[in-house]
Amino acid sequence: MLESLMYAILALGGFALFSGLVLAISSKVFHIEGDPLSDKIDALLPQTQCGQCGFPGCRPYADAVASNAADVNHCVPGGERTMLAIADVMGVEPKAVDEEEATPMVAFIREDECIGCTLCIKACPVDAIIGAPKQYHTVIADHCTGCVLCLEPCPVDCIDMIAKPELLEHWSWPLPDTQRAQTGLERRESHHHD
Amino acid sequence: MIKHFFKKLGFSSAPFAGGIQPDMQKWTESSAIEICPLPPLLIVPMKQHIGQACSPLVKVGDAVLRGQKIAKAEGYVSVPVHAPTSGKVIKIEEHAIPHPSGMGLPSIFIEPDGLDERDTSLQPITDWQNMDVGALRERVRVCGIAGLGGAAFPTFIKLVQDQRNPIKTVILNGIECEPFLTNDHRLMVEHSQKILHGMQIIMHMVGAKQGIIAIEDNKADAIQSMQHAVDDANIEGLDIQVRVLPTRYPQGSEKQLIEVIIGKQVPAGKLPMHVGVICQNIGTTQAIYEAVVLGYPLTERVMTVSGDAVPNKGNLLVRLGTSMRFIYAQRGLENFEGLQILHGGPMMGERLRHPDIPVIKSSTGLLALSQDFFKQAHAVEEPCIRCGHCSEACPIGLTPNLLADHCRNEQLEKAADYHLFDCIECGACSYVCPSHIPLVHYFRFGKGQAAQVRREQNFAEASRQRSESRDTRIQREKDEKAAKRKKVRATHAPTPTEAEQGKE
Repeated sequence: MLESLMYAILALGGFALFSGLVLAISSKVFHIEGDPLSDKIDALLPQTQCGQCGFPGCRPYADAVASNAADVNHCVPGGERTMLAIADVMGVEPKAVDEEEATPMVAFIREDECIGCTLCIKACPVDAIIGAPKQYHTVIADHCTGCVLCLEPCPVDCIDMIAKPELLEHWSWPLPDTQRAQTGLERRESHHHD
Repeated sequence: MIKHFFKKLGFSSAPFAGGIQPDMQKWTESSAIEICPLPPLLIVPMKQHIGQACSPLVKVGDAVLRGQKIAKAEGYVSVPVHAPTSGKVIKIEEHAIPHPSGMGLPSIFIEPDGLDERDTSLQPITDWQNMDVGALRERVRVCGIAGLGGAAFPTFIKLVQDQRNPIKTVILNGIECEPFLTNDHRLMVEHSQKILHGMQIIMHMVGAKQGIIAIEDNKADAIQSMQHAVDDANIEGLDIQVRVLPTRYPQGSEKQLIEVIIGKQVPAGKLPMHVGVICQNIGTTQAIYEAVVLGYPLTERVMTVSGDAVPNKGNLLVRLGTSMRFIYAQRGLENFEGLQILHGGPMMGERLRHPDIPVIKSSTGLLALSQDFFKQAHAVEEPCIRCGHCSEACPIGLTPNLLADHCRNEQLEKAADYHLFDCIECGACSYVCPSHIPLVHYFRFGKGQAAQVRREQNFAEASRQRSESRDTRIQREKDEKAAKRKKVRATHAPTPTEAEQGKE
């Protein structure tokens, strides 16, 4: 009786030890750098590095969402599309985005007022401003993400946010103007905002 | 089996799948090409082709000659723009172009001086048979030739000899399957020799020995005219034949035509050259002849002006940059109230909001239709009844009804799985749909949204890279500073004993 009990304990204990070893080894051998979930979310974010989500950049926000420390709906420039994509990755219910999606903007420096202090250059998270000390600075419009981080440090307030110019190449067809297309669109929008 | 055997013997040509037979309404097929008078103002947009826009080479006040290069090509997929007549540049500013958005592009405004003097800097090349192929290709490029069939893809890019994909066959596309349009038809009737000459130049350039002029059977006079030209011409060593095809839309689409002629499909995402073929439009071929043999850059094109609201329909030779309002006025149409105006044919053309738009290289036709004729069929979209007519009509073999559902619901990945990007937007599905679903419009919407998503992703990726390289740079600077400080401290800092003494 006691003998058979011993066999069972040994067999099960041995198996548990073996499995534990296999798991320990494989966790070392097949180790993945970083957090794959966070990487996935980071890839969905618009990379404006604007900080409007309350985190100091897109990567920190992605980390926070991946570890359930933040909601999926804080990315303002990403808008609804990004929120839906993140909610899909996280497997949670979509939530309405904090703020309405604004028209895309870019920063513009009024160069004759610029004093060449380089403060905006230091503030730009994507190196979209060029210039040197005591030289006029200018914004590379194609690289500007519209994060507005350069406005605050400017001592002479010579930076404006202007609407991103609409390009003919970037124009796309709207939905057809038919009842079915429009009702479908309205239904989708009301669903997302519930 | 028997069909295949016949096909091999060349008795019948392989038909393409799907397609429709719309009412062709070729009302202008027997009206000869007339020359449109010079308008009081020419508006030349900086982009008249697929690819990058050009940048102006002239300033306000400059005098220009006809055929003078006034804007240079930027990038590879681009061709220069030339002055359509002699005159003075009066301003350079944005002006509407034929585009469904109604948006504009920078354009050069030229006031003609009435002399129509030509710029003679380009020498005619009559001896092209012994000319370097690269030089001919450069000639086609500097003459600003882009596909005149409507897509306006820079022609020189296609005219290339590639060791991996040798061109065996040159197909001349005389199909003109769009209803109403007859400009290529008239060109074949009136300028068959120039077209054949242009075709020989193309065959020389790509090194092809076989040439096929494909014409639909509703253009008997064009077939006859081209056949005469082939019979009369001196084409030793070349196998050029006229192939008559049954009328079917969209047979004039490049990939469909190739399938009909050589019985092979061009794979998705590949070019005709990958099956050893190039396809050229009739108007383009004539333009190549003029560019090479006469040394004339592309400054004019033939277009059909038709539609039930145009009193005096016809085919016109129009200078690029002529306002459409001026052209309509020439044909007796001045009041546009209640009319639909179309740029191009009714199947693939675009509706314009107003006629104050210049003619560009892609302008095949100009239609004005009354509201009754146009039928606002698509305004009432009914639910799909799953009849399957759209799938039967689709020349690509797609399932348009399912594809439209995915586009309508912005399920772009699913739409891509249903091969949204293989759609050629021919409009056959919309034409046959009994529920009046604007299928092609949905596909255009879906394609636009997908392009937008891709653009945003690319921008985000570029921003991420810039942000990361900035972070590494800041870190490196910090490390360098720290290392320097450490070094300075090591050499200049007081020794421990000194420090202790200092303390005491």
